[in-house]
Amino acid sequence: MSQTLSEQILSHAAGRPVRAGELTVVEISRAMTIDSIAPEVIDVLHEQLGIHQIPYPERCAIFIDHVAPASSLATAQAQVRARHFAREQGIEAFYDAGQGICHQLMVEQHLVMPGSVAIGSDSHSTTYGAIAAFGTGMGTTDVALAFATGHSWLRVPETIRVNLTGTLSPVVDAKDIVLHLLSRVRGDGFTYQAVEFHGAQALSLGSRMTLCSMTTEMGAKAGLVPPDDLTRNYAPVPDWLRVEGGADYEDVIHVNLDEIDPLVACPPAVDNVVPARDLADVHVDQVFLGTCTNGRLQDLVAAAELLRGRRIAPGVRMIIIPASHAVLQAASEDGTLSTLLAAGATIGTPGCGPCIGRHMGVIGSGEVCLSTGNRNFTGRMGAPDADIYLSSPQVAAATALRGVITDPREI
Amino acid sequence: MNRIWCFGDDIDTDQIIPGRYSPYMTSEQDLARYAFIERRPDFAPNVRPGDIIVAGKNFGCGSSREYAPRALQKCGIAAIIAPTFARIFFRNAINLGIPLFEADLTGVLADGDDGRLDLALGQLVTPRGVHALPQPPAFVRAIHAEGGIVAYYQKYHRFPVESSGEGTDTW
Ligand code: SF4
Repeated sequence: MSQTLSEQILSHAAGRPVRAGELTVVEISRAMTIDSIAPEVIDVLHEQLGIHQIPYPERCAIFIDHVAPASSLATAQAQVRARHFAREQGIEAFYDAGQGICHQLMVEQHLVMPGSVAIGSDSHSTTYGAIAAFGTGMGTTDVALAFATGHSWLRVPETIRVNLTGTLSPVVDAKDIVLHLLSRVRGDGFTYQAVEFHGAQALSLGSRMTLCSMTTEMGAKAGLVPPDDLTRNYAPVPDWLRVEGGADYEDVIHVNLDEIDPLVACPPAVDNVVPARDLADVHVDQVFLGTCTNGRLQDLVAAAELLRGRRIAPGVRMIIIPASHAVLQAASEDGTLSTLLAAGATIGTPGCGPCIGRHMGVIGSGEVCLSTGNRNFTGRMGAPDADIYLSSPQVAAATALRGVITDPREI
Repeated sequence: MNRIWCFGDDIDTDQIIPGRYSPYMTSEQDLARYAFIERRPDFAPNVRPGDIIVAGKNFGCGSSREYAPRALQKCGIAAIIAPTFARIFFRNAINLGIPLFEADLTGVLADGDDGRLDLALGQLVTPRGVHALPQPPAFVRAIHAEGGIVAYYQKYHRFPVESSGEGTDTW
C-alpha cells in the first residue's frame, strides 16, 4: 500500500506500518526544549517522573533563544538551571545565548535528519519538514516524557498535498506563498493534518524552512517537502523515503506561483491577508526583520538589496535579528551587514528577539510593527492595543524606507 | 451549580496567557492570576473551581505553551467545550488530565449561565436543557482515569496506546 511521507516516517519510527488516523507510539530521534520551557521540563523529569539521569542525552537538545541573553533575574536563574541540567545530563547539543533560534539551529547544526521524527517544546518545530523530517511541536509534558523514554505517542495525520507550479516573480518571497495559502485555507484549515509541498525544487533550504514553519499557522501537525538533491546535499536520505504514487491524500491544493503578489497579514489574525499595495495608508513605528520564519542570510540579503544606498524613513526603527550566529557571521563577511547598518537599521543578538514580546523591541500602546515573523495575535509583541502586520523581508525593507506599508516593486 | 464562561472562535494561547506572563518571566505561583489577563480581565478574579469554558472553533491555537492549559487548570476549570481545538493545546490538555469535549454549544448557551457537568453521564445540565457531550476515545479516557499522562506512565511504564483496546480508536 502506498503511503504519504508522514506515514512512511511514522511507520519507521513506530516499527510497524501505520496509516492516517491511527494512534501509535514512535521513537523520537531528537527532542528539544528552550530556555523558557526547560525549567518546566526539568521539574516534570525530577519531581513528577523521579528521573535523575535521562537515558538518551544524545537525542536531546536545549537552546537558550527566547530571551537571550537574559533580560531579568528570573530569566537568568532559569537559564542557570538549563545550563546546569545540560551539563549534568551530558546533553552535548546545548546552544547558549547568541547561538541562535532553536529551529534554525536544529537544521543548521544537523541535529535533525531526513526521515526522522523530531519534537520540540515549540510550535514551529514543523520547520524540520524542510529537510524531509517529521517535525512537530508539543508541550512540556510530552517533551519531558520524550527525554525520559525516547518515545512519544501521536496520531498519524492525514496529508494535504499542495502542488506548486510556476515561478515566483522578483521580490516575491516564500513567505508570500505561505501567506497566500493562509488566505485560502485559513488559520485552522490544516488542523491535525500534515502538508506536503510538491513542486518546491526551485526553492532554497531557507525558503523551504519558511514554508514548513508557517504550516503551524494553519493548524498543521507537520509540513514536509519531498526529498530531492538539495535534501541529499544536506544529509543522506533513507532509501525508503520517497513520494509514492497512489498515496492517499485528504485534499490537493494547487498554487500558481506566477500569480502571487507581495502580501501582508493584518492584525489580529495570520490569515487576514491582503496585498501589500492596499496598505499604503498604514504608518509603521517599527520594522522587525528576523525570527525562525525569516531571519536567515537570504532574508537579510533580500532586504539589503532594497536598502542599498538608501536610508530608512525618519521615525521608523528597523530592528534586525539574525536567526543564528552563523547567519550574523556570514552577513558580516559578505557585506550585507554594512549595507543594513548604512541604511539606518540596528542589529540585535541572534535569537527570538521581540517576536514573543519579551525583550529587544517590545512595542507600546498604539504602536504599529511590521514583522517578518509568524504571529500577529493581539498583545503578542507588547501592548494589547499595538498592531502587528506580518510580511516578507522584501516588504519589510520597502516599508522601512517609506514609513508606510509598501509593495517592494515600487522601490 | 457552576458558571459557564463563553468565548468566541480562534482563542489563541496569547489570549489565554500572554508570553510576558509565562512562569519563565514571572512565577509558577502566579499562573492562575494571569489567565485571560488582557483578553478578559474579569475572568481570573471571578472564576471558581468547577466552572466550564464554552468556546468557538480552534480553541487554543498558536503557541505550544503548556502553561496556557495549566493556567486554566489552576483556576479550577472543570472542562472546556468547543467544536474544535488546536492540536497542541488538545494534547497538552489530554496530558494534563483536563476534560475537553468537541461540541458546539456557543449558539445555545450564554456567558454567565449556570451549568452542572456530569462526566460519568457525559452531559452538561443547564437551565436551557441537557446537552450531551461526545465521549472521548478510549485512549483519552485511559489517560484521564489516571489523572494525566505522567501519572499513567508511572503506573504502567508505557504509553496507553500500546495496550490492547486503548489505541484502536481512530479520530
Ligand atoms: S522566533 Fe518567534 S516563532 Fe520562532 S521560535 Fe522564536 S518566539 Fe517562536
